[in-house]
Amino acid sequence: MTKTINQIQDEIIKEFELFDNWEDRYEHLINLGQELPPLPKKLKTEDTLVPGCQSKVWLHISSQNATLHLQGQSDALITSGLLALILRIFNNQPPKEIQNAELYFIDRIKLAEHLSQTRANGLYSIIQRIKDYTIKC
Amino acid sequence: MTFDPKTIRQKFPILERKMNGHPLVYFDNASTTQKPLSVINAVSDYYKNHNANVHRGVHTLSQNSTDLYEGARKTVANFINADPKEIVFTSGTTEAINLVAMTFGRRNILKEDEMIISVAEHHSNLVPWQMLSALTGMTIRVIPVTDKGEFDIEAYKNLLSEKTRLVAITHMSNTLGTINPIKEIIKLAHENNTLVLIDGAQATPHINLDMQDLNADFYCFSGHKMYGPTGIGVLYGKDEILSEMIPYKGGGDMIERVTLERSDYKNSPYKFEAGTPNIAGAIGLAEAIKFLQETSLQEIQKHENELLEHATKELQKIEGIRIIGEAKNKGPVLSFTAHNPKTSASIHPYDIGTLLDKYGIAVRTGQHCTEPLMDYFKIPGTVRISFACYNTLEEIDTFIEALKKNLALLS
Repeated sequence: MTKTINQIQDEIIKEFELFDNWEDRYEHLINLGQELPPLPKKLKTEDTLVPGCQSKVWLHISSQNATLHLQGQSDALITSGLLALILRIFNNQPPKEIQNAELYFIDRIKLAEHLSQTRANGLYSIIQRIKDYTIKC
Repeated sequence: MTFDPKTIRQKFPILERKMNGHPLVYFDNASTTQKPLSVINAVSDYYKNHNANVHRGVHTLSQNSTDLYEGARKTVANFINADPKEIVFTSGTTEAINLVAMTFGRRNILKEDEMIISVAEHHSNLVPWQMLSALTGMTIRVIPVTDKGEFDIEAYKNLLSEKTRLVAITHMSNTLGTINPIKEIIKLAHENNTLVLIDGAQATPHINLDMQDLNADFYCFSGHKMYGPTGIGVLYGKDEILSEMIPYKGGGDMIERVTLERSDYKNSPYKFEAGTPNIAGAIGLAEAIKFLQETSLQEIQKHENELLEHATKELQKIEGIRIIGEAKNKGPVLSFTAHNPKTSASIHPYDIGTLLDKYGIAVRTGQHCTEPLMDYFKIPGTVRISFACYNTLEEIDTFIEALKKNLALLS
């Protein structure tokens, strides 16, 4: 059975607890970004480009069997790492669960600075785009 | 008194702050500079002791406030060797350029006419002209820069024609640091009977200005980039040109006489300053000018050149770094991109900026409001460090060490 959004968030929190300084936390995040599979070229379109990010972020969202399917890529590694975490949490989840989800992991893994709208990294825009999609489901 | 950045630093309270556990290294001065205590105190003193509306009250406090505001205008005028009536207070460079576009431009740059800008302009010296072009149908011609990021004077000469009504050029590029040969640019334009607007937002905190010597028709700058408050800026315009221009916003304090049918405007600069102006901002700007004069712009420039030289030399030693903008005549702005020397994969400026912040180092990353210039160099953006009088060689060494660690993490 698919894990719930909060179960995945708790897993991520545990994973990051292994690191006691920011360098290691960021190294892990960067590694996650590097491991994110590239988005097929045909899915990198104006439509999938998420505005409001200093780096380029493409996000392809579809729904199947009452769950959301997400693929994405960014040209910056830190943004890719954050995107990888978001995809891990939201992929294969029902739209309603995503809509109501509270993403507490960002604060707990001490990356809350990325949630600020002025950060221009697009994490806020990425989450917003996914939530907007669920409303249409 | 000899120039000592350590003494100067003591005048800037914010520089005592720690960021993410490290002493703040503020290298984002081309975005906005920090403010000396004298400027902060001048603004606060105005509200504490002198606040009243200007130009209209008969009471002493209003006269007091008017004296301070008009005194600020005189300080600005002296600073750039102009007449106070040639100084229009605006909210910043952006508003100053928009003012010229919407008044001078709407009347004088018409359908068959052209104007010239360069590819290195900040969006604020591009978008207002695009808006004007949409209104009047005039054509914008664009001068390229050389590979080193220098102004292409030959291309400029070729673009000047009998159709050219205005040349709008930055004095110093906010992205490349290039200081343009504006005296020559102005001379060539005037020989062509063309007026010139200079975007001086970047130049004012670094370069001595003399409007009589430069002979610019318009010169625009912002208070906040020269140690003054945000929300205050200046449009300098030659008296004979401003006098001919119509206002672009109407309201109180800009009129001589109003009936329900029509209004008679005051003379410039007042006809351009409708509504209650940013009085505290103007007073703060005058105080910032005093700071620049007391510290000595020549000494500041000398020190900033040393910083630029040192940073350039140290950055060039790092494998995978490419400096964007290698003009001979540069202000203290340094843009660069990075790639992994082993794989040639580019490292995103955003990643570098984010990790530098963890060391308390504030830099700017991205396109710096010069998207066409990024397209021109075929890069997604740069990391930009920019210096002010309070920066030190030691801070550059701190930055270089942090940058090396971060590049290793990102490679």
